[in-house]
Amino acid sequence: MDFSFSQDERMIRDMVRDFADGVLRPQVQEWERRGEFPLELIPRLAEAGLLGMSIPEAYEGSNLRTPSYCLAIEELARVSASAAVTVSVTNSVCGYPISRFGTASQKDKYLKRLARGQILGGFCLTEPGAGSDAAGIVTGYRRAAGKFILNGLKSWVTNAKIGSLFIVMATRDRRERGAGISAFLVESSFPGFSFGRLEDKLGLRSSATGEVRLDDCEVPVENLLGEEGKGLAIALHCLTVGRVGIASQAIGIAREAFEVARKYARERMAFGRPIASFQGIQFQLADMATEIDAARWLTLRAASMRDRGIIDFSKESSMAKLFASEMANRVTYRAIQIHGAYGYSKEYPVERYFRDARVTTIYEGSSEIQRLVIARQLLAETRSNAAD
Amino acid sequence: MELVVCIKQVPDTETRIKIAADGKSIDITGINWVVSPYDENALEEALRIRETKGEGGVAVMTLGPERAASALRSCLALGADRAVHLQDPALEGSDSLGTARALAAAIRRSRFDLVLVGQQGVGTDNSQVGPMLAELLDIPHVNVVTKLEIANGKIRAHRQIEGAVEVVECPLPAVVTAQKGLNEPRYASLKGIMAAKKKPLERLGLQDLGLDAADVGAAGARNRWTRLELPPARQAGKILDGEPEESTAELVRLLRDEAKVI
Repeated sequence: MDFSFSQDERMIRDMVRDFADGVLRPQVQEWERRGEFPLELIPRLAEAGLLGMSIPEAYEGSNLRTPSYCLAIEELARVSASAAVTVSVTNSVCGYPISRFGTASQKDKYLKRLARGQILGGFCLTEPGAGSDAAGIVTGYRRAAGKFILNGLKSWVTNAKIGSLFIVMATRDRRERGAGISAFLVESSFPGFSFGRLEDKLGLRSSATGEVRLDDCEVPVENLLGEEGKGLAIALHCLTVGRVGIASQAIGIAREAFEVARKYARERMAFGRPIASFQGIQFQLADMATEIDAARWLTLRAASMRDRGIIDFSKESSMAKLFASEMANRVTYRAIQIHGAYGYSKEYPVERYFRDARVTTIYEGSSEIQRLVIARQLLAETRSNAAD
Repeated sequence: MELVVCIKQVPDTETRIKIAADGKSIDITGINWVVSPYDENALEEALRIRETKGEGGVAVMTLGPERAASALRSCLALGADRAVHLQDPALEGSDSLGTARALAAAIRRSRFDLVLVGQQGVGTDNSQVGPMLAELLDIPHVNVVTKLEIANGKIRAHRQIEGAVEVVECPLPAVVTAQKGLNEPRYASLKGIMAAKKKPLERLGLQDLGLDAADVGAAGARNRWTRLELPPARQAGKILDGEPEESTAELVRLLRDEAKVI
């Protein structure tokens, strides 16, 4: 077993690192302070190919292997967790499902525009009354005169207001639970589609998150994604992929928090010595770096399983997401502790990493849901059919 | 218009250089290798010329060990059309002249209109390969160029000189060495990285180049590294306390008596 990156992986990582340091870093503080997604960033992300990472090359994407995708998200998150989630969502729960489940004409219509950044995508599953209980959504649809008519309210939609293509989950009858749910490709220009309020969030201040309202929203029949009744399966499949992306985002945040803490520990003097010379600080740095590495290899394992064609890697994907997101919270907490009072001040960037890390244990499946996924599979498998 | 860009793979400019046990080379363990920054300007200029003219190709060349192939690949990812890797045990240890001889031999194999190189290779900083290439190819060269225009088979190159800008004209083919400020190099893209895998990377050895082993490599080197030393560690600064009149007087005294600069 060789735990080293391929030449492609290194080139992709270095390229995204240069992009993040050159394009995002000079402005990230200002974007976060303003709390608005910087629209001027979209053409730059598209030029770099970051919006088409899970789109086939025939549609102007770069169709990256999953570990490379993870490294790209990690490098973006190291500088801007907000940019990382915008990119992650567009790729994993919009570009990817269309590439995987879309018809030829759906692909023709949307994929190139997504890769070029002409449209940004989003995903509408969560509702005010249904988060972890995804099968309990109440947004409904019915067929009428060659159209689907959708009604309901979706919340916590990443890329709300700035996106124009959303994959919306709706049910034909909520009593059917999961079996009644279908996925639809809904453009923001469709009649009956509108955005509600944007959330005022603790972290990821410059990513747009908000509500999508569907009031007799008219969706052409050809915009059904996949088969009718398969919507929840599509959503859960995409979230399994999305989770390695969120794990990578958490790792990127933690890495940056570690870097600034290490730098600070080397420079900050106390009792006539740099604080890095004290074991109390050294042990913290050692634990932080160890946890970051553990999370990264757990994530890359899940990513490589997907590319090896292992259809169900949900246990490993959930393990990666669970560990990486909890780890990012511990690491950013410690990074502030090492900074002391300066860490609590907005004068230093480390308070932002702490705020940005917080949501990673909540969205794309909370830590509790990840544990359920892991446990269900552990209890279903026997020693002989466990992967690896 | 056929463009050739010669590049060098060098240690990342942020590397903390350590001297190897032999005392005359650098310790390369753990070094992150990159394309020399001035060569990035040279490549960017070539790509822009190709894009403006809408025709022609950009070939990127390097002389270096196996690892240098990754520098060529990153140039292909940025948009170069083909790459040539000069790699042969007999080429190892080449000085500037040996390097220029090998590159000139490789350049002569195809038609070319303009050769672009960085004005110096970061790290060794000799600034010799560009002018030597021009001599060996028997064509004009303009070095340390900050602006380049091409029209009617001629180039107009701007050079920053003491207190002024010098504008030089010369016919093509020619060699131009790129200075920082010539352009702002682009970022690579994921599509570029994917496309690079399908572009040709040719390897040439001594025989392909028609060179004599005695003229290149360590055997042909006219200069040798005999010793490397790190610069002396910087002394801690001095802070002068006291009232401005006293500290100023003390500063003047120190500059005169200790630093001996006034």
